[in-house]
Amino acid sequence: MRITLRVWRQKNADAKGKMEKYKLDDVEEDMSFLEMLDVLNEKLVLADEDPISFDHDCREGICGSCAMVINGTPHGPQKNTTTCQLHMRHFKDGDTIDVEPWRARAFPVIKDLVTDRSAFDQIIQAGGYVSVNTGSAPEAHATPVDKVSADDAFDAATCIGCGACVAACPNGSSMLFTSAKVTHLGLLPQGQPERQTRAISMLAKQDELDFGGCTNVGACAEVCPKGIPLASISRLNHDVLGATLTGARAD
Amino acid sequence: MVLTQQRNIVTRTWGSSVGKKFVMAVTGVIFLLYVIAHMIGNLKIFFGRETFDAYSEHLRTLGADIFGYSGVLWIIRVVLIAAVVLHMVAAFSLWYKAKRARPVGYQHKGHQGSYAARTMRWGGVIIALFVIWHILDLTTGTVNPDPAGGAYGKLVASFDRPVVAIFYIVAMVALSFHISHGLWSGIQTLGGNSAVKQHALKSFSIGVGVVVAVGFAIIPVSVMIGLVR
Amino acid sequence: MSELQQEPTSVQGEGRWLLGDPIADDRAPDSPVGDRWSDRKFSARLVNPANRRKMTAIIVGTGLAGGAAAATLGEAGYHVKSFCFQDSPRRAHSIAAQGGINAAKNYRNDGDSIHRLFYDTVKGGDFRSRESNVHRLAEVSLNIIDQCVAQGVPFAREYSGLLDTRSFGGTQVSRTFYARGQTGQQLLIGAYSALERQIAAGTVEMHPRTEMLDLIVADGRARGIVTRSILTGRIETHLADVVVLCTGGYGNVYYLSTNAKGSNVTAAWRAHKRGALFANPCYTQIHPTCIPVSGEYQSKLTLMSESLRNDGRVWVPKERGDSRPPNSIPEEERDYYLERQYPAFGNLVPRDIASRAAKNMCDAEQGVGPGGLGVYLDFKDAIGRLGRHAVEAKYGNLFEMYQRITGDDPYEVPMRIYPAIHYTMGGLWVDYDLRSTIPGLFVGGEANFSDHGANRLGASALMQGLADGYFVLPTTVPNYLADGPFDPIDESHPAVVEAVEATKGRIDKLLSANGNRTVDSFHRELGQLIWDQCGMARSKEGLEKALDRLPSLREEFWRDVKIVGTGDGFNQSLEKAGRVADFLELGELMCTDALHREESCGGHFRVEHQTEDGEAQRDDENFAYVAAWEYGADKPGGKPILHKEDLEFSYVHPSQRSYK
Repeated sequence: MRITLRVWRQKNADAKGKMEKYKLDDVEEDMSFLEMLDVLNEKLVLADEDPISFDHDCREGICGSCAMVINGTPHGPQKNTTTCQLHMRHFKDGDTIDVEPWRARAFPVIKDLVTDRSAFDQIIQAGGYVSVNTGSAPEAHATPVDKVSADDAFDAATCIGCGACVAACPNGSSMLFTSAKVTHLGLLPQGQPERQTRAISMLAKQDELDFGGCTNVGACAEVCPKGIPLASISRLNHDVLGATLTGARAD
Repeated sequence: MVLTQQRNIVTRTWGSSVGKKFVMAVTGVIFLLYVIAHMIGNLKIFFGRETFDAYSEHLRTLGADIFGYSGVLWIIRVVLIAAVVLHMVAAFSLWYKAKRARPVGYQHKGHQGSYAARTMRWGGVIIALFVIWHILDLTTGTVNPDPAGGAYGKLVASFDRPVVAIFYIVAMVALSFHISHGLWSGIQTLGGNSAVKQHALKSFSIGVGVVVAVGFAIIPVSVMIGLVR
Repeated sequence: MSELQQEPTSVQGEGRWLLGDPIADDRAPDSPVGDRWSDRKFSARLVNPANRRKMTAIIVGTGLAGGAAAATLGEAGYHVKSFCFQDSPRRAHSIAAQGGINAAKNYRNDGDSIHRLFYDTVKGGDFRSRESNVHRLAEVSLNIIDQCVAQGVPFAREYSGLLDTRSFGGTQVSRTFYARGQTGQQLLIGAYSALERQIAAGTVEMHPRTEMLDLIVADGRARGIVTRSILTGRIETHLADVVVLCTGGYGNVYYLSTNAKGSNVTAAWRAHKRGALFANPCYTQIHPTCIPVSGEYQSKLTLMSESLRNDGRVWVPKERGDSRPPNSIPEEERDYYLERQYPAFGNLVPRDIASRAAKNMCDAEQGVGPGGLGVYLDFKDAIGRLGRHAVEAKYGNLFEMYQRITGDDPYEVPMRIYPAIHYTMGGLWVDYDLRSTIPGLFVGGEANFSDHGANRLGASALMQGLADGYFVLPTTVPNYLADGPFDPIDESHPAVVEAVEATKGRIDKLLSANGNRTVDSFHRELGQLIWDQCGMARSKEGLEKALDRLPSLREEFWRDVKIVGTGDGFNQSLEKAGRVADFLELGELMCTDALHREESCGGHFRVEHQTEDGEAQRDDENFAYVAAWEYGADKPGGKPILHKEDLEFSYVHPSQRSYK
């Protein structure tokens, strides 16, 4: 396959970036998207050019490192698939593919396609946990959890923190990410004592970090590689509404 | 968990992005109820000039023994004006926040989310402009060819101008989109959505949007084709 | 440990290594195996809560072991500095574990117990692990499940609301707790959220995108690390009272493995070069059901759950080099070789046997797919027997994943599978307290060698990581810190200056080579060599070949590697180059270890040591010991020095495995 790539190149956080064009003649269908970039990078190195920087690690769709907007869609055209698991057979010979980094003020570009997503860690720090110290846990069977709640909590817990939701959101909002955590913990009995304070604390942090506000467009859920449902956001809203009306607070 | 939670319910609400959406959802519900009542009232046009003008007059005498002539109407107007201000200020605030959240845009634009969802803001602006025209035209009569013609007369005179009728219909399509997404979005914002209900709620909202648009647009169409004279 | 400083006594293996003094674990109490951990906890010294915040603990790695240890020590009030090379601690490679986590809860009333888990693990490790450690692991397994549930880990549940378990990895009891196919992710998110909570509380200072490049050993104690910021390239030192490495395994020495691309041995290898012994490097585990390589560009291998072998039938064409599509090869021309060779267990033989059998078929040119490196895993019979619907319910997500990667539909065409490196049992040598041979350096999780012997059982890696992180290190590290705080040292200490200079020198040397080959091309060559000679089957001849080639490959690397860009900024090629440089050295130690171990056990199969019917043959008489290697290149003789820790089996008596 012959592929033309237009890739966002930016030397560092302060530099001005631009799209650069690369032509590849020997792309194979069975290559993953990242392997195609590996091949390009080896060529660039041998030609004394700076290889394209991109985040990646597990390459099996679970670590959440890889993050590219491919032809305007975070993680590219295949549903429920991270960039690392996208294969070149989904493109045609002669295609031109645009590759850009996540775009959000809260995810500043570090270099090329690499962005700083530590804002997500900060949102978790604001309350994305159950406050239980090691050793203080009761026996695991002390609290049964009905299977439906456990399964729904699991569905929300599959979030890999990649940030595609933010990248796709026309508002640059991280609501799907935040709500996935709020839903995961809010559905389990272990998460109840902190349910409302968790929701408002995490939301407040998200607002403070310059993520946009949610307007329920739904782009996030469309591109989420783990299929986190949009209704998670409703659950977050529900908990925030409760906390707002009752004035729940953690201090 | 470190938390600097504002104690006052107003600042607590207005202080968060979701709080602003609560405001938009609640004010949106107020509009929607008003719009539905307005539409039902409008449909009285098909019962003739007298019924329609009497209905218009009735709105002004409603509760007059307590609130005075047009009192209730003014209360409704004040509530609506307050709602529109809150709705728009919240919307602009979120719009600004969204602009701020993505200082550098994409070279290759994506198209995720439904058309209705992506056009809420401009759709809202069009509707606001329409409402201004609409008040000048049919309430104050300022831009109406027959300002003294009574409710029925003003309406027929206005829609006798095809451009105005078409503008009205276009605005109703925009309103329909706005409701189709807005109603569902409001339910989602108020915490009423779930993965199981989502499809039904979306269909319901689209249904309401279509019914409202048809209910309003049927009148200019009727004037244009001569059904209402 | 002063005894290691003595002159090695004899030269071994045609001059390839030297024999040093034996070593032993002196930390496990002498009590009966079931009492040792509680005795050790009681005898461990405590630190006054008011003194804890004056003590700094460095923890490198944020996977299950490192994340859990950092969170727990933070909760206890120590000042913790946590490091990871990923952009977030949540992305450590523990996240990719699929199967589950063992615990001897006996919720099924199927005869499980701490003793049985202990027994299974020692036996599963082919009698090459330490009984004390394994028993502790089995004991602590109970607390792990309680802890994780309390954190909100969404384990699979039954309709009763109680936890579900399944049997895994050939055990006869159902003791594996799981969260669909992503148990590792859910457990890691639990540890990560506990860690983030401590970061918010100010007890843990997090340093993401920061790579440890050297260990600082000052006045005989591990006192800090040298790091490079991946973002800015800045070389920094971090000083502390204790250093804990939880930096994972070294499977990426093979280039192609199921490890994450970033997984590396650098932290452990640097510690090794600073004096920590490296134990059993040749014990590597190969997983039989991975998606095979499709071309030269292949960057990693993807594992598919072993459960597929419950219903899939493994076969190859009888004819050598038969290139017909699988569905047009008639039944009588197929060789269902596992069913033929192991009629009792058939397709369900253990990992090592299934892997080796696949390799033998491919060596005999009966392999299928690109390069003949694959065998079929066929579900036609299962679909015929159970119906497509039932197969889909059981394996739907795996089939989907296979199709996503290969583009083939496994409902129509047999899957192609091939073994791949998956886990490394070897690692830095530690005693019962998880102390390495450098005072003040502790090692947890896959980075140590401790609990799995020569072969790890399924669903035991997560158990070990969390046991070390939540329960063992938080007991043993304070015991060490009870002697602290140690005399403060600063950046001007000669040991610090030396370590920083060495690190900078290495980076400059890499950047100045400006040769003609990319880092990946060296890594691929190294990986192929180690895979061929120190992979599924090892021979004296092959290992010697590799040992002869490795020094020249390493020399070529330092001379001819090409890295574009500079050291003072984001430079992914430079990061990779540093890691490959260490893999090149580790590879040699692996081959030496494999050459010296003249027996077959667990993941280590020496073709010279097999029974008549091709099974692994252990030599308990001569090799029932841990091979702990001292770095020797900078010492007289210039060879790695072997220290043996004899293993005693007082509770589980060695026996030979048979799956015929």
